[in-house]
Amino acid sequence: MKKVLLFAVVMLLALSVSGVGAQDQVTLVIESWRNDDLTAWEDVLIPAFEAAYPNINVEFAPTAPTEYNAALNTKLEGGTAGDLITCRPFDTSLALFQAGNLASLNDLPGMENFGDVAKSAWITDDGSDVFCVPMASVIHGFLYNADIFAELGLSEPTTESEFYAVLDAIKADGNYAPLVMGTNDQWESATMGLQNIGPNYWMGEEGRLGLIAGTAKYNEGGFLAAFEALAKWQAYLPDGYQAQTYPDSQNMFSLGLGAIYPAGSWDISVFRSQADFELGAFPPPVPDGQETCYISDNTDIAMGMNAASAHSEEARLFLEWMTTPEFAQLYSNAIPGFFSLSNAAITLDDPLAQEFVDWRGTCESTIRSAYQILSRGEPNNETELWSYSAQLLNGAVTAQEAADAVQTGLASWYEPQMGG
Amino acid sequence: MNEMPAGSRGKFPIHIIVFLAPAVIIYTLFMIWPLLDSLRLSLYAPSPDGGVTFVGFQNYATLFNDPNYSERFWGALRNNVVFFIIHMAVQNPVGLLLASFLASRVTRFRTVFRTLIFTPTVLSVVLVGFIWRLILSPLWGISEGILAVIGIENQPWLGLPETALPTLSLVSVWQYVGIPMMLFLAALIAIPDEIIEAAQVDGATGWNVFWQIKLPLILPTVGIVGVLTFVGNFNAFDLIYTTQTALAGPNFATDLLATLFYRTFFGFQLQLGNPTMGATVAGVMFAIILAGVLVYLFGWQRRLLRNEVQL
Repeated sequence: MKKVLLFAVVMLLALSVSGVGAQDQVTLVIESWRNDDLTAWEDVLIPAFEAAYPNINVEFAPTAPTEYNAALNTKLEGGTAGDLITCRPFDTSLALFQAGNLASLNDLPGMENFGDVAKSAWITDDGSDVFCVPMASVIHGFLYNADIFAELGLSEPTTESEFYAVLDAIKADGNYAPLVMGTNDQWESATMGLQNIGPNYWMGEEGRLGLIAGTAKYNEGGFLAAFEALAKWQAYLPDGYQAQTYPDSQNMFSLGLGAIYPAGSWDISVFRSQADFELGAFPPPVPDGQETCYISDNTDIAMGMNAASAHSEEARLFLEWMTTPEFAQLYSNAIPGFFSLSNAAITLDDPLAQEFVDWRGTCESTIRSAYQILSRGEPNNETELWSYSAQLLNGAVTAQEAADAVQTGLASWYEPQMGG
Repeated sequence: MNEMPAGSRGKFPIHIIVFLAPAVIIYTLFMIWPLLDSLRLSLYAPSPDGGVTFVGFQNYATLFNDPNYSERFWGALRNNVVFFIIHMAVQNPVGLLLASFLASRVTRFRTVFRTLIFTPTVLSVVLVGFIWRLILSPLWGISEGILAVIGIENQPWLGLPETALPTLSLVSVWQYVGIPMMLFLAALIAIPDEIIEAAQVDGATGWNVFWQIKLPLILPTVGIVGVLTFVGNFNAFDLIYTTQTALAGPNFATDLLATLFYRTFFGFQLQLGNPTMGATVAGVMFAIILAGVLVYLFGWQRRLLRNEVQL
């Protein structure tokens, strides 16, 4: 009994001592789904911040991407979430703000460094409160193995028919998988598939805003055409693609077993460090005869502050630092493929990342169709797009059936789409 | 058992309370109370002001009837039944077969086999799931070469809706077959040699001995193995989660009640968690498992006990 008492006293003392220490040195914890960025944060970004603010320690604590929203919600409810919270775009973060979990950042110095488009993903519907510091957008397109293209004498396709001609040529050669993607994890089918090529068919913002207004439908016109185009990919996917996961695809492409990889720009950093062949990139090919090209330039990531943080003052300092051109420059180069949303002029060291960002000048930008407003109800529009894109590629449904099912799901709760 | 002298109430045996207290307190605190509180939660629904309001059995009605939920729920229940049937049809008979071999005196290296077969049981499910994903991978898995030897064409076993659930059930059987084997083995070894020798003297073949003497004598173990399998299968979650994620693909073909519960309660990707509906799914799982265990207690164990008394 005496020993237990002694132990308790020692523990109490230890706690109070560390409590005293904590007043001098504050530790901020960042919640994120970007476990791929761990080294960039630990080696580049956090040291740069800590050099300027020696009394603040920052710890980057990522969760698996698919778990992030669920885990974060649980932590916020339990009061164990970190001080800084990486924000998903639109409705997911808006829900957190409305629930009082994210603090308003209207008066944060430095927010004027971001344009309205950049802030649009993290602002209330009436525009009165902005709650996350915009960090970056990601751009979709295709990466290719330039060595294989050279070997087979292929060049970058710009139109749909050229795209299929290239795929047919790789398939005829038989040594490489033409398109490296699997349907096991479902989200690639929608994100790297449908949302990658789709904007060219539904005319980017025009189609997306049409869905929100109720004037466009998933099972008509451009959206149906996008499903039909995606269905054609089936013939070019690797053997056993139904059981192929996202890491499988990354490995397959970086080992040189496949020629073309439907990509998000965030993949650039992965292949930079793993692939030992020349990489090339081309934007989603346009339907034959179409002049304008459209790319998915999705406002993807931002940083907010836990309203219940015990160190809100220090967390605000960190967010303020994130609005500076210094951070934009460091971040864009430390994590190639995530393009800063800051108005500051930045230079990119990675030519491939530079190529992706150059498409902004030649093509019209849009964001993923289901992210704004349309994922507020049940069934969740984005989840449905995953499921039906994957089933479409698995051959379980036709393009028309997939489009009809997604439209029915949306129309079941979203008023502007009802009754049409 | 205890013969109290009639009329004398005696001193209250305080030591009984002392001995029971730790178990009762800990069990109540960490099992019974959370269970009841979870059942209570399933009778509420989130209200617009951020709190919860009492809705009675509305959540259960939604789960069974609302197309958004019922399709997933009945699908998960059906998959769970298939998962259980495969375990009962493969795991337990194979476990019994292996135990019979290991109990036989003629088998050599019995300890080695026993250890090897039991080893996967103590491995982490995450590890088992990862290893099997690699083995079955259509890109670099070794299943293609192995199956070619016996003339089966390789397929993306975990990627097709028809094969994914049976494949994962068999992986689970592979991992856990050691447990019924050990239980059966213990029961078989406990059978007195005299009974078997007497039967052999009477001219019984090995076949007769197994069906008419050994099996009836290990029936209590068969029941225990059955109920353990039932409880384990209707709680199964980790293998599906590690190999197929909580989306239980392809197209929910491997969705079990526990993965449905996980997605409902904690949410997944853009879908946000709904604790009260999650508690409802958990409530249904509790009811199913409770029903199964009651059937075992009254339908199997009681009958066996009665037979024993007659002996």
